Amino acid sequence: MSDTHAQTVAYVRETMLPELEPPATERGVIKWMRENLFAGWFNSILTIFAAYVIYKIVVGALPWFANGIWTTDSLAECREILQGATGGCFSVLTERWNQLLFGFKYPDDQYWRPTLAFVVMLVSIAPVLFSHLPRKMLILTGLFPFVAFWLIWGGTILAPLVALLGFVAAYIAFKKVEHQSFAMGLLAGLITAIVVWFVGGFVSGAASNVLALEPVASRDMGGFMLNMILGTVCVSLSLPIGICLALGRQSDMPIIKWICVVFIEFIRGVPLITLLFVANVVLAYFLPPGTNFDLIVRVIIMITAFSSAYIAEVIRGGLAALPRGQYEAADSLGLDYAQATRLIIMPQALKISIPGIVNVAVGLFKDTTLVSVISMFDLVGMIRGPILASTEWNGVYWELWGFAVFVFFIVCYGISQYSQWLERQLQTDHR
Amino acid sequence: MAEAAQNLHISDEVAIQIDNMNKWYGTFHVLRDINLTVHRGERIVIAGPSGSGKSTLIRCINALEEHQKGSITVDGTLLSSDLKNIDKIRSEVGMVFQHFNLFPHLTILENCTLAPIWVRKTPKKEAEEIAMHFLEKVKIPEQADKYPGQLSGGQQQRVAIARSLCMRPRIMLFDEPTSALDPEMIKEVLDTMVSLAEEGMTMLCVTHEMGFARQVANRVIFMDAGQIVEQNEPEEFFNNPQNERTKLFLSQILGH
Ligand SMILES: Nc1ncnc2c1ncn2[C@@H]1O[C@H](COP(=O)(O)OP(=O)(O)OP(=O)(O)O)[C@@H](O)[C@H]1O
Ligand SMILES: [Mg+2]
Repeated sequence: MSDTHAQTVAYVRETMLPELEPPATERGVIKWMRENLFAGWFNSILTIFAAYVIYKIVVGALPWFANGIWTTDSLAECREILQGATGGCFSVLTERWNQLLFGFKYPDDQYWRPTLAFVVMLVSIAPVLFSHLPRKMLILTGLFPFVAFWLIWGGTILAPLVALLGFVAAYIAFKKVEHQSFAMGLLAGLITAIVVWFVGGFVSGAASNVLALEPVASRDMGGFMLNMILGTVCVSLSLPIGICLALGRQSDMPIIKWICVVFIEFIRGVPLITLLFVANVVLAYFLPPGTNFDLIVRVIIMITAFSSAYIAEVIRGGLAALPRGQYEAADSLGLDYAQATRLIIMPQALKISIPGIVNVAVGLFKDTTLVSVISMFDLVGMIRGPILASTEWNGVYWELWGFAVFVFFIVCYGISQYSQWLERQLQTDHR
Repeated sequence: MAEAAQNLHISDEVAIQIDNMNKWYGTFHVLRDINLTVHRGERIVIAGPSGSGKSTLIRCINALEEHQKGSITVDGTLLSSDLKNIDKIRSEVGMVFQHFNLFPHLTILENCTLAPIWVRKTPKKEAEEIAMHFLEKVKIPEQADKYPGQLSGGQQQRVAIARSLCMRPRIMLFDEPTSALDPEMIKEVLDTMVSLAEEGMTMLCVTHEMGFARQVANRVIFMDAGQIVEQNEPEEFFNNPQNERTKLFLSQILGH
């Protein structure tokens, strides 16, 4: 009786009793289930029905995965092993793995190049996505396009080096002349870049063996690599172009304004697939005869034009959502148009536009599969064409399309998760 | 209190000269024949009924609005459509808005250093020191790393004042700086403005805080229907208004 004063008072508790657990029906799993799954008869019926559907799917799909065959060389062989039992012939994925990833014409012994480019991409995109990484890493991001071009297309390193040099020289020239006027700076930059590229073109043409990788032609690109190339290039081009279009549409200068409006409205009124056909066939007519304008470049131009028009509209929505006071405050502090746009208006407008931009980006990435209709062999094109048409794998639909679905889902879900994370990061108005 | 204000030094130097200024919104004549001379060190309160053009007038002074006729000279620089002139004047004239207009994506400190760094090309470190100095002056240095959304209205408005002061303006414009605030926050903002006035800042202030006008202003301007109807020293203005419209306005705003 050490915790009571039994001598003086009949019963006084000195120590608190531990809290009792709530009854089982008010606790943990059971409580959660009662509130979320079985609240009311309608809810309960839905739950039971959904559980039944899930059960059916799992029971149907599980053996298909569990009995999957991963190591045969053809569908016939696979069927033989299965002997009529349920089971997926996933061996098509392992056997055609490289074709699915790189297309069927990329030289076998060079697969390491796009793979390396992919790894470098992951590293150089990181500082753009995560602002707490060291800012120095952005240098890597700037170099990436040139490195990637060299790795994937091959040829001498001088070609992308000259391109890079042109940009650097243009930037330096711009900085030197900028204080006179912005337009003069742009002009100086442009002229410098053209001179450097022109001169550099001769040099790299003459010395085409310097650090040369085996060249691979654009028409030999294929598989998921092609989707990734189109996706990354087009997204990273269409964002800045979209910003310019959105600003142009708000411009006070009528010519710029109308160019932007006509471009945006025209592109939005046309299906992407027709633009791709235009890129494939018609664009060639407009070019001077003899020029061999790369098909990938034409496709990139069309997809970029398409998505930048959509991004421009998304950003215009973001701009419209900004209160006028933000512009006025920036003006009243003496910031000029470029500064106000870059420091005050765009960061906020882009933040508002993130969900819309991500929507367009995800859509764009999925739309890269449309190039399969103009006989480019991206992942979908590979499956539809060379793989399903081959004698070995004719008839393996579920496994192949399931794989395509899986790969695209992973990438797009990743993008969408990132954007939600970014939105939370940028949340500054929590009180 | 009025004497204290009167003792403040007003120089002969002209800070703002407005001659025969007219402004239209489309066909609507907002400002009619405005003539106004503001000397350096003057503290002017602009009052008048809603829609009389008070905001428009002070927004014309830093060219947030364009005027169509007449001339405005600020600090010896004529306001024209030349962008260089406008940017120069704007960097010399601070403005505080009714709804604060802080930049919500930047911290308080960044709000204050942005313009000095980009417009005045002040080195970042120095800009931050200046910003902290003024944040201390408006008594919220401890909020420097927060975002505007995390501050109360009164605190936000004091940050907005500090943000303007960081540009070392020679003239400050206030457009109803307290009318979006709860009563208990009005005082903290007015106190800040009073101390600013005591340091000799040239101020034009649109406000309905008549106590502030009595305490700080050396001139009260009454506007109605786009015109300056009457202007006078605060004592005279409140005790002995000349114009009928002024009398009506004062009876409405003081008479409850
Ligand atoms: N952008 C605009 N376009 C057309 N009319 C306008 C515009 N801004 C203001 N006005 C009109 O000009 C007149 C003067 O407006 P202003 O905002 O200067 O009044 P105010 O005296 O500041 O009023 P308040 O005390 O309500 O702020 C009002 O009648 C208003 O409706
Ligand atoms: Mg107003």
